[in-house]
Amino acid sequence: MSIIYFLIGCSILLALVFLGAFFWAQRNGQHDDLYTPSVRILLDEDQTDQTKK
Amino acid sequence: MTPATLTKATCYHCGDEYTGTTYEFEEKHFCCVGCRGVYQVLSQSGLCNYYNFNEHPGANRARLDKRFEYLDEPSIISELVDYTDVDITIATFYLPHIHCSSCIWLLEQLNRINPAIYYSRIDFLKKQVNIRFANHEINLRQVVELLYDIGYEPLISLHDVVKKQTTGQKDNLVKRIAVAGFCFGNVMLFSFPEYLGLSANESNFKDVFGWLNILFSIPVVFYSGAEYFTSAFANLRNKILNIDFPLALGIAVLFIRTVAEIVTRTGAGFADTLCGLVFFLLVGKFVQRKTYYHISFERDYRSFFPVAVQVIENDAEKPVPLSNIQIGQRIRIRHNEIIPADSILLKGNARIDFSFVTGESIPVDKVLGEVVYAGGRQTGEAIELEVVKPVSQSYLTQLWNNEAFTRVQNNRMRTFNDTVSKHFTIVLLIISFASLLYWLPGDWQRGISAFTAVLIVACPCALALSTPFTMSAALSVFDRNRFYLKNTAVVEQLARINTLVFDKTGTITVGGSNGIAIHAGLNDFQKSIVYTVCSNSGHPLSRQICDYLGKQPRLELSDYFESAGKGISAEVHGHIICIGSSAFVKISDEHVKGTSAVHISIDGTYLGYFSFKHNYRDGLHNIISPGNGYEVYLLSGDDDHERAELRPYFKDDARMLFKKTPQQKMDIVNLLQSNGNKVMMLGDGLNDSGALRQSDLGVAVTDNVNNFSPGSDAILDGRSFSKLPAFLRFSKDTVNIIHLSFLISLTYNIIGLSYAVTGLLSPLTAAILMPLSTATIISFTSIATHIAAKKRRLL
Repeated sequence: MSIIYFLIGCSILLALVFLGAFFWAQRNGQHDDLYTPSVRILLDEDQTDQTKK
Repeated sequence: MTPATLTKATCYHCGDEYTGTTYEFEEKHFCCVGCRGVYQVLSQSGLCNYYNFNEHPGANRARLDKRFEYLDEPSIISELVDYTDVDITIATFYLPHIHCSSCIWLLEQLNRINPAIYYSRIDFLKKQVNIRFANHEINLRQVVELLYDIGYEPLISLHDVVKKQTTGQKDNLVKRIAVAGFCFGNVMLFSFPEYLGLSANESNFKDVFGWLNILFSIPVVFYSGAEYFTSAFANLRNKILNIDFPLALGIAVLFIRTVAEIVTRTGAGFADTLCGLVFFLLVGKFVQRKTYYHISFERDYRSFFPVAVQVIENDAEKPVPLSNIQIGQRIRIRHNEIIPADSILLKGNARIDFSFVTGESIPVDKVLGEVVYAGGRQTGEAIELEVVKPVSQSYLTQLWNNEAFTRVQNNRMRTFNDTVSKHFTIVLLIISFASLLYWLPGDWQRGISAFTAVLIVACPCALALSTPFTMSAALSVFDRNRFYLKNTAVVEQLARINTLVFDKTGTITVGGSNGIAIHAGLNDFQKSIVYTVCSNSGHPLSRQICDYLGKQPRLELSDYFESAGKGISAEVHGHIICIGSSAFVKISDEHVKGTSAVHISIDGTYLGYFSFKHNYRDGLHNIISPGNGYEVYLLSGDDDHERAELRPYFKDDARMLFKKTPQQKMDIVNLLQSNGNKVMMLGDGLNDSGALRQSDLGVAVTDNVNNFSPGSDAILDGRSFSKLPAFLRFSKDTVNIIHLSFLISLTYNIIGLSYAVTGLLSPLTAAILMPLSTATIISFTSIATHIAAKKRRLL
């Protein structure tokens, strides 16, 4: 049953990674605008060879 | 698309219907040069897809004045940009016209119009665009002009709070919720085995789980829940008992007892209750916070005034930031610009619209040498003025130096929560100490256990949550009906109101077009007679008649006699004309109802009348009807020429106050308050700012929430004006819901207390009771608010 110590360690580590990812996203401003990307993704690029910067 | 006919057509760009001249380009029809210009710019850059995503996405561009010279001024530029170095500049602009996906598409392709713009990103809800550009190829002014050219004029104001709001929010509530939620989830997992029962040979797990629970509780208490301790401590120092005190006490006791039980191996502790409590409390806080990105409640005159003024020095014009304007400087104000400081008219025909300042809707003519007060908008040609007072000392802006604006408004809005939690805390402390004293002589351990159990169980989690959840539900109901409240306390304040004070112009009347109509068959000669007579009068109705009739030949006039408030009689070309009220023209007032009318008779023959439909907002009658139980006042800066029309609404002349200065308005509100009234002020202009601030609840009424509105507690869209009675009733329902949910949470507390005082509270009971009460409260408040809103027809 001592495998459970290892499993607990793994689960906490994994959870901490997710918490860290959330913090990173928050700091990065990914939650600042929750609406515009939903519209942006529906807009098609038209056929021009200009590259966006 | 609607078929274009000869008389009516729809503009390809802005979608406005127009008649008359059409402007064509590439077989598209436009209503004005401006709209066509925008299309040309877009088609040259191959951006006509703009028109494919939505029909008529543009804004009307009848106005064609570019005035961005001030953006060359380094001191102004530095205020506006977010970041600049030798190569690039980053700036954020507020574009009120952003409204559809076309806007997003177009504005994010700015570099196809001008490659010097590297990057542009839209924040749709905030209506902002973030632009990064090469500052040696294109300057700020050119960027703004480019935005203007494609139909998105940025609203530039140095003092607008809209921008500050977005940068100011840095209290990491979300992070604290994340930590609390993370720990809560893990602690629950580690607590479950204990509740389900561990066999004797698994008891070493119990210790491990216990220590892990402590480990996870530490960040919850000292990071997520820390603000409860600081707030409770700060309040205690100010001798205030608010809800944070029992909450902080609960958190502290939970943590200490958990640690004590686990270290001494006497029990499993309450780690899951603790983490759950903090998590739910923080979620409640998060829900309560509502931000309107595009609305500002804190505006003052500075967001109304322009950023810079054209100052004339040595025969040259130069833009100067408003704060640098000095006495004696000569300024030039053009059509539609606002006069920023009290000044003397030196040159030009001043015809100034003071509607925003005084509420008076008719432009005022000023003669040379006369003092023109700040806040007026020049209509017509450009004028030159000499500044006599600095901006901050002007007649209008002085209002902001008044104590109502400088005073910190602390206890203006007391919430139910504050009142109740004080008594709650006292009762809680009494019960906990009583149970401690009861058990102490015989069994001190049980005494301590009972004492802490009481503090744990009675921790007013559900109480703390009932207000935020009800209020946030109510707020979104108001929001959906275009009534934007500054924060949740305003809902409770709304329920307390018993007096309504209305401003007139712009608040109960709709600005713009007036509903004048002619009900008389006049020939051209008679029309010019009427025009001649009316053009001699300064009465607003006479002016409206003149505007309506248009330019007519002026005839010779004699024996002109104007009887104030009644009418005019005169002799024109030998014809006697009487024009005015029915009594004045001597006819019976039978067919004209609901409108005011000006009757005409020439040579004793009655010819008919002009009717003036007052553009009062819909539903004014319902709001003011006496059955509502509200005292209603009218407080106008305008002349009293509409007194007669408004009398049916307000009944009593003593409740209709005209010709009030901004200061007087404020004083009247103050007087009403000192008579014990809870005053809600509804206004729209700068002249109401003082009264709005002084009142218990200031509501700015506006036809476009993105436009300027004075600082207030709430902003009401003019279209929802008729729903005001429903809003008031709904706010009362909301408060009732809070009271009911408080009763529910008390019931849970009493159930929990009956276990707690015996000192036999098991962690399992606490762990079940706390989330259960929370869930009940949240579901009850949201369902009840929904039903109440349905009942008031707000959903």
